[in-house]
Amino acid sequence: MLEPTGEDEAMSPISRGFHGRHRDPDVDPSRVPPGQYVTTDFPVLSAGPTPHTPLENWTFSIKQGGQTAKSWSWQQIRDLPSEEVAADIHCVTKWTKLDTRWQAVSLDTLLAQVEREAQYVLAFCDGGYTTNLPLADVTGGRAWLAYGYDGGPLQPEHGGPARLLVPHLYFWKSAKWVRGLELLVHDEPGFWERYGYNNYGDPWREQRYAGD
Amino acid sequence: MAGTAVRGRLTWQVATVASVRPETASVSTIEFDLQDWAGHQAGQHVDVRLTADDGYVAERSYSIASAPGERLQLTVERLENGEVSPYLTEELRAGDQIEIRGPIGGYFVWDGDDASTPLLLVAGGSGVVPFRSMLRHRARIGSNVPVRLLYSARRLPDVIYRTELDMAGDGAEVIYTLTREQPPGWAGHSGRVDAALLTEVAWAPDRRPLAFVCGPTAFVEIVAGELVSLGYPPDRIKTERYGGVGAP
Repeated sequence: MLEPTGEDEAMSPISRGFHGRHRDPDVDPSRVPPGQYVTTDFPVLSAGPTPHTPLENWTFSIKQGGQTAKSWSWQQIRDLPSEEVAADIHCVTKWTKLDTRWQAVSLDTLLAQVEREAQYVLAFCDGGYTTNLPLADVTGGRAWLAYGYDGGPLQPEHGGPARLLVPHLYFWKSAKWVRGLELLVHDEPGFWERYGYNNYGDPWREQRYAGD
Repeated sequence: MAGTAVRGRLTWQVATVASVRPETASVSTIEFDLQDWAGHQAGQHVDVRLTADDGYVAERSYSIASAPGERLQLTVERLENGEVSPYLTEELRAGDQIEIRGPIGGYFVWDGDDASTPLLLVAGGSGVVPFRSMLRHRARIGSNVPVRLLYSARRLPDVIYRTELDMAGDGAEVIYTLTREQPPGWAGHSGRVDAALLTEVAWAPDRRPLAFVCGPTAFVEIVAGELVSLGYPPDRIKTERYGGVGAP
């Protein structure tokens, strides 16, 4: 639950006649963050049309100080060691999906190839979407560049050809159609973060919106 | 650039139901009294929280149906096997209290500030809800921005706000297409929104239109993709997907 802050101390009123579905006995409640419900669908949330960049034009770049420090072609990314990642994902729009399976390259693998002084990253994407994360949250085996989902290629509406996978944060941080990371010394809000969503987005602390 | 200034914490507040009005067989509009509502922009949504007597809590998000300056209204479609929407549409009545926080979202919004570009609104099913807020806002501020709403519904009785939309005028056109069944003598369009219908209805791209598309994921994918094909720049197409969240 949220930590009590003055405003939240008031008891929530009982919603007359609401009983809810309660918990699915097959779902371990310790895997469902506050305010979330478990879905077996894979809903989609995007602010605009789905981009379709041909793979021959696709690159993934790490930028620093306005320069491209390192860039990979699609084939070069596919040639890097990848791993199968199993993760529970949590969308700020309230759904949680358990046991998703991804094929992905660890961001540790990519970032290891760059000298860096940054504390933050700003992921940038086809379609102009951006999202910001602390560097510490995309290193240490907690973040990936994912191009496979559930045994097949990642479909465009879910962010294919490749998206970030940062499952310990709300899923808008797992940027779809990602094309690279900009390493930053100072934090810079991304797309949804400028529209009132939380800068960090920890689902277990229900950090949905600014100030949560 | 944020349309919504970050105003600190969005807190939960108790909302008292003023009225519940059926719109169609499965859709109702609920009007609320709120003690402290800072106002909203057309197109934004709110979070709703329900608490059972044993402390069980469920949260969902719903688009705002009313215009800025009006009492807060939500229009909710009852989902088969839903947990929250059947409660809101069937159980809730005037005087009941639930919790709301918001408004949320600053991208899928229309302020009416830019009077120079026509507006294209494309709705699938209950995706029409934020557009009702935009159309009301446009009327309230006396905007003369030309607007076309293309609204895809299964059957005529599924059309939400039909009386209100049919009275739209003054530079606002509403174009219906019915996908499953058309009444005898139906003069509107039939079938799903496709390239041909968008070519007919959508503003020419050289007028720099702003497009909003709201509906189920598959609908939004197709419409937004076709608008790009017609020459709409992707950054002039704002989408909101009701991502198949029917099941829970």
